[in-house]
Amino acid sequence: MTSPGDLHRAYLQAFAASAGRAADRFPAALDALRRDALDRFGAMGLPSSRDEQWRHTRLPALLRRPLPLLATPATVSLPAASLRAPALAGPRSALLVFVNGRFAPELSELSALPAHATAGSLAAALAAGDERVIRHLGRHAEYGDEPFTALNTALFDDGAFLCVAPQGVLEAPVHVLFAARPDAEPAMTNPRLLLLAGGGARLAVLEAYLSCGSGPYVTNAVVEAVLEEGAALEHCRLEHEEAAAAHLSDLHATVAAGARFRSTCITLAGQLTRNGVRVLLAGEGASATLNGLFLTGGQQHVDNHTWIEHRAPGTVSQECYKGILAGRSTGVFCGRILVQPDAQRTDAYQASRALLLADTATVRLQPELEIHADDVKCAHGAAVGQLDADAVFYLRTRGLDEWQARLVLTQAFAAQVVQQVEVPGLREPVERQLAARLASIGA
Amino acid sequence: MLTIRNLQARAGSTQILRGIDLEVGAGQIHAIMGPNGSGKSTLAAVLAGRDGYEVTGGSVTFQGKDLLDMAPEERAREGLFLAFQYPVEIPGVNSAYFLRTSLNQMRRHRGEEELDAYDFLDLLKDRLKLVEMDERFLRRSVNEGFSGGEKKRHEMLQMAVLEPRLAILDETDSGLDIDALRIVANAVNQLHRPERAFLVVTHYQRLLDYIVPDAVHVLYQGRIVRSGGKELALMLEERGYDWLREAATDASPAP
Repeated sequence: MTSPGDLHRAYLQAFAASAGRAADRFPAALDALRRDALDRFGAMGLPSSRDEQWRHTRLPALLRRPLPLLATPATVSLPAASLRAPALAGPRSALLVFVNGRFAPELSELSALPAHATAGSLAAALAAGDERVIRHLGRHAEYGDEPFTALNTALFDDGAFLCVAPQGVLEAPVHVLFAARPDAEPAMTNPRLLLLAGGGARLAVLEAYLSCGSGPYVTNAVVEAVLEEGAALEHCRLEHEEAAAAHLSDLHATVAAGARFRSTCITLAGQLTRNGVRVLLAGEGASATLNGLFLTGGQQHVDNHTWIEHRAPGTVSQECYKGILAGRSTGVFCGRILVQPDAQRTDAYQASRALLLADTATVRLQPELEIHADDVKCAHGAAVGQLDADAVFYLRTRGLDEWQARLVLTQAFAAQVVQQVEVPGLREPVERQLAARLASIGA
Repeated sequence: MLTIRNLQARAGSTQILRGIDLEVGAGQIHAIMGPNGSGKSTLAAVLAGRDGYEVTGGSVTFQGKDLLDMAPEERAREGLFLAFQYPVEIPGVNSAYFLRTSLNQMRRHRGEEELDAYDFLDLLKDRLKLVEMDERFLRRSVNEGFSGGEKKRHEMLQMAVLEPRLAILDETDSGLDIDALRIVANAVNQLHRPERAFLVVTHYQRLLDYIVPDAVHVLYQGRIVRSGGKELALMLEERGYDWLREAATDASPAP
């Protein structure tokens, strides 16, 4: 067991190494932020079950020691099979591929981007001194009480930067693919994404995580999404990693007046996954839809924490998280909705549902509402159940065998989340990945 | 086609079927009538293979095969269809997709080629007319938000698509207005073929105003206490089921 002090020192060394690499490329302005984040991480240490936010998620041994950064292969290449991965198919405005956290321009496609949109490596944008990046990076992802966000802020050395200028529209989504080629020794990547939607702009982003090769590794991703007035951003995160992988993510969205943020978080694999989504509805009439779906089996554990702050009047949030659990897997959903005193006429709805396919699987659904305004409409519902035996019988009398009947019903349960993805170019690749994964779950 | 011999079944510790004998030939329509609690729906459930019932005696042969030995889906693939009294709502499962998946299971079992979405749609449009259903229903989830009448018509649509050898209608007429009743009856009459049989389970005589049965059986306390022609149904309509108590004791003394 490593003490917080040891961890801090070890990461400080990693930081020194990466700072050495990054210093040439990253503006000095960033240096203070990274050092502060590292100090903050040192002060917090790794979360334990004593932390309220981590009460039901035990860090695996993999994470209880300092990890080196996963090295980028000398020649960036991916097996052909992974390039044919369904996540890569379908219409898109651009494709950004990262291998072990580092941008791979030769695997990416950026030529079809219109002039009002920017997409590329975050490190490159920083190196070029892009003032939009400098203005926003680290301003939305608060790391004061999130050790892994702090760690990412201190250690990230690349990621994606996407920006659509005011009133600009990207009809097809941008696909951002993170492919991991693990080494023999466990290591970590810290991808960072900055998504900027200018006033009235509209875009959709698929952020997908896949593994090529096997072996334990850790992804610790942070996304900052900024929606200016009247913007619309639909974000979809697809986690379909190697069985031994651990995935930590934090998404922070700041939503201005009249802007519309949609997020769908799909977890299909991985040994341990913890997704945090924090949305600030900062301007009047801002809205957020947060949906999620996780499928677990074996000994997997998935924890989704969402946090929606209604800070302005007339803000709307809709939330639906679903889990399908088999084997001895465990799941957690904790959804916090905070309505501030000024946020009158808030309309918030949260639903969480879990389907247990085995008696040995367990799930915890935990809505948390904190309301400081009086004129609000807030509702939530949580339900854990099993497949409806009457529905299974009905399908069997129509010629489906028991396995097919259970699969059809499980697919239907899952489909209700995926069907809500509005942009077809986002929805279709996710539907394909989900169908393939469901067929293997042995419902 | 269907031969039931001394069929006995119970749910938990309650004996419900106490020895049913019934022979349904190809092309015949048989009506099973009886008061509430007489075992009508249990008979339908046992024939379809629903969990929760234990067959304690007797046998059921369907087209020469032991029906009770088959899983529910095998019975369906062999040509047995049950129209449910309470069709199940299945949110998230598209009705057209469900029907095509179901039909293709039957076709695969019979060694026939599966229908693709286009050929299936042609077939479906044709069958929709039979039950006077709008195509819109097929874009919805199975039975979800359907009215009682719509659910029953959806059952008849499935019957029309799947073309079973034996269709069991479990109180399909209950709760229907006269128009819906006419549509259900019309579906049965239109689908009536020399090789296809129907077992119509009903509490009321009125469905038999539209469907002419070859035989009517009265079920009481888990036994068929009287069999006859259409006139038996009319007698039940006039006299109700009260006379059964005496008839039952006369016909077969309690064990």
